[in-house]
Amino acid sequence: MSTASSSAAWKAGDVVPDQFPAGLRVLVVDDDPTCLMILEKMLRTCLYEVTKCNRAETALSLLRENKNGYDIVISDVHMPDMDGFKLLEHIGLEMDLPVIMMSADDGKNVVMKGVTHGACDYLIKPVRIEALKNIWQHVVRKKKNEWKDFEQSGSVEEGDRQQKQSEDADYSSSANEGNWRNSKKRKDEEEEAEERDDTSTLKKPRVVWSVELHQQFVAAVNQLGIDKAVPKKILELMNVPGLTRENVASHLQKYRLYLRRLSGVSQHQNNLTNSFISPQDATYGPLSSLNGLDLQTLAATGQLPAQSLATLQAAGLGRSAVKSRMPMPIVDQRNLFSFENPKLRFGEGQQQLSSSKPMNLLHGIPTTMEPKQLANLHHSAQSLGSMNMQVNAHGGQGGQGDSLLMQMNQSQARGQILNESTGSHVPTLTSSMGQPVLSNTVVGGVLARNCLAENGMTFNDSHQNNSLQSNLDVGTSVLSHQGFSSTQRTGQNRNISAVGKPMFTAGDTTDHVNAQNVGPINTFFTDNSVRVKSEFVPDASCETNLFPEQFGQEDLMSALLKQQQGGVAPAENEFDFDGYPLDNIPV
Amino acid sequence: MERNQLHRLVALSRQPLFDQGFLDEQFLQLEELQDDANPNFVEEVVTLYYRDSARLILNIEQALERNPLDFNKLDILMHQFKGSSSSIGAKKVKAECTFFRENCRAGNGEGCIRTFQQLKKEYATLRKKLEAYFQLRLHAAPSEKSVAEEEMAGIHLKMFLVSEAL
Repeated sequence: MSTASSSAAWKAGDVVPDQFPAGLRVLVVDDDPTCLMILEKMLRTCLYEVTKCNRAETALSLLRENKNGYDIVISDVHMPDMDGFKLLEHIGLEMDLPVIMMSADDGKNVVMKGVTHGACDYLIKPVRIEALKNIWQHVVRKKKNEWKDFEQSGSVEEGDRQQKQSEDADYSSSANEGNWRNSKKRKDEEEEAEERDDTSTLKKPRVVWSVELHQQFVAAVNQLGIDKAVPKKILELMNVPGLTRENVASHLQKYRLYLRRLSGVSQHQNNLTNSFISPQDATYGPLSSLNGLDLQTLAATGQLPAQSLATLQAAGLGRSAVKSRMPMPIVDQRNLFSFENPKLRFGEGQQQLSSSKPMNLLHGIPTTMEPKQLANLHHSAQSLGSMNMQVNAHGGQGGQGDSLLMQMNQSQARGQILNESTGSHVPTLTSSMGQPVLSNTVVGGVLARNCLAENGMTFNDSHQNNSLQSNLDVGTSVLSHQGFSSTQRTGQNRNISAVGKPMFTAGDTTDHVNAQNVGPINTFFTDNSVRVKSEFVPDASCETNLFPEQFGQEDLMSALLKQQQGGVAPAENEFDFDGYPLDNIPV
Repeated sequence: MERNQLHRLVALSRQPLFDQGFLDEQFLQLEELQDDANPNFVEEVVTLYYRDSARLILNIEQALERNPLDFNKLDILMHQFKGSSSSIGAKKVKAECTFFRENCRAGNGEGCIRTFQQLKKEYATLRKKLEAYFQLRLHAAPSEKSVAEEEMAGIHLKMFLVSEAL
């Protein structure tokens, strides 16, 4: 299949599931030209589209220029200009592509390093083609993980999704492998359409923290205490199948940062009473004021259909546990959500991740994270189906999104610990229609907005999540490479033996080869038939040195040539190797 | 001689290279990659290998002339060389690389130098053998050869086999 046609097939949106994984776009990076050439040929044989480069920097710029141009990256570990693991990190953070590492080094530490840095597989050199035939699984798996997380948020109304995606068929069905490509393309196109002019696209992880999920999360954090809440324990308490520690960890980071911001915000708010700030204040206040303010703001900004507003208000007003409603100045909050806000620097967040990443992440992180997160929220809102909250994730990010989030932020600022408020109010909210949708989605939105930078980390976590999930693959790959059995060789031997014998006994049925008989070499030149009977080593079982070391190659050749040429000078002078001068032999 | 017989002869001619431990399964992988589109793929790869690895050999030699020896650097260089060599299936060369690296890790300068000499020998020997093999292949390649030419090609192949067995 020509590469042009395959790529055209993908981009045109045609579903060609039968061709998959043919046409998979692989970028292979290795400073060793020999390996690179071999890999390229192997990958081409697998019907993949291959781009090769010998420098990590080149690879990165290729990936950056053509953000959706590749499905998977294969990279060597040891490269002169950049460490392979560093490249791995960059790709994971910026492009969210599966990366396979390779090396001649099969030490456990190196393999472990690959896994922990987020490689989805680790191949030991020399790489065999069998290992490459299956790399497409990493691409599919990554997609599947994203789908699964979408599905966790409940049934998603495809039709209400962004228009571009609405054309996609069964999005969540991973059975249609050809289709996932299209949906990916669609989503990518959306992201491209919205992203700012940044060089790197940060594709966030696809864990969608639905209302229920966040409730559970917050409940777990509450139970443990915000200071003692560690991802592992939270995960255990939540007991959600399919949720990983990494998902929780990244969510926790966002949550923590969000809380810190809230505490920072609250200090700006002179209007806030201390009661709202104190952590022990399990209050419904924020919620109610949130509701009130949010609804009004939403309605004002046209986000919320009037009837929904009425519903919400009714629900909100129906609750008597509301403490107080403080009007919150809206405007000042905007600053919080600017991405240059130093508060966003996740100095705190660094604890959970290696320190190098955050700084990288902060540069050039587009603000496109929010639309997606908001889109997710939108979906989870949809899932409850009670209202059409038009969380407009696409247009005017700075505007409407802000108002939503601001409101939430303000109200949440009253309760410094988000978990307290949401955790406590959520159960109440669920009783009223739509409330949870509103508040929790806004909460999620805030988290999303605030934690742009964290998304990188989150991202990486998810990445690691994937890598951990494919841990087995790594092991398997490693094992399979190392354990290349010698059966092939012996098989080959056997084949050759089987082939060889009849060949060498052409015209003679005897299989036996008398290998000792070196002398009558001239016999097989006297007649033109192939009669090897006396000479040869056709039997490929390892009887190698059948002849004593009496004849050098040159001697033998000259002897033979003399016989053939009847005295013509041996032509070995013309060669710088032991070739056979076919040309000089009179035929 | 029939064409397929020739081909089988060619296939056989490389058998000693395996039997004697010069080549391993990776070389077979390369051969399997050869197709009509790239009929000389293996030869191209091997040529590339020898060209590129010459640079590494030179670097290692220079590094071995230093005093004191920088074992870490030597190890890194040899790691690269080993990776390259293993990708074409150069078994004996690869084994020497391993010995060399062991010497590096042990800080054994003399061992390094000795192993390196051995490595270069194996490297050169393999080169000769592979060149001979490629020549044979060339002669056995399907073309408009006359029957007699093919006969001669077959004969030379056998000669090669004989010599290889020595």
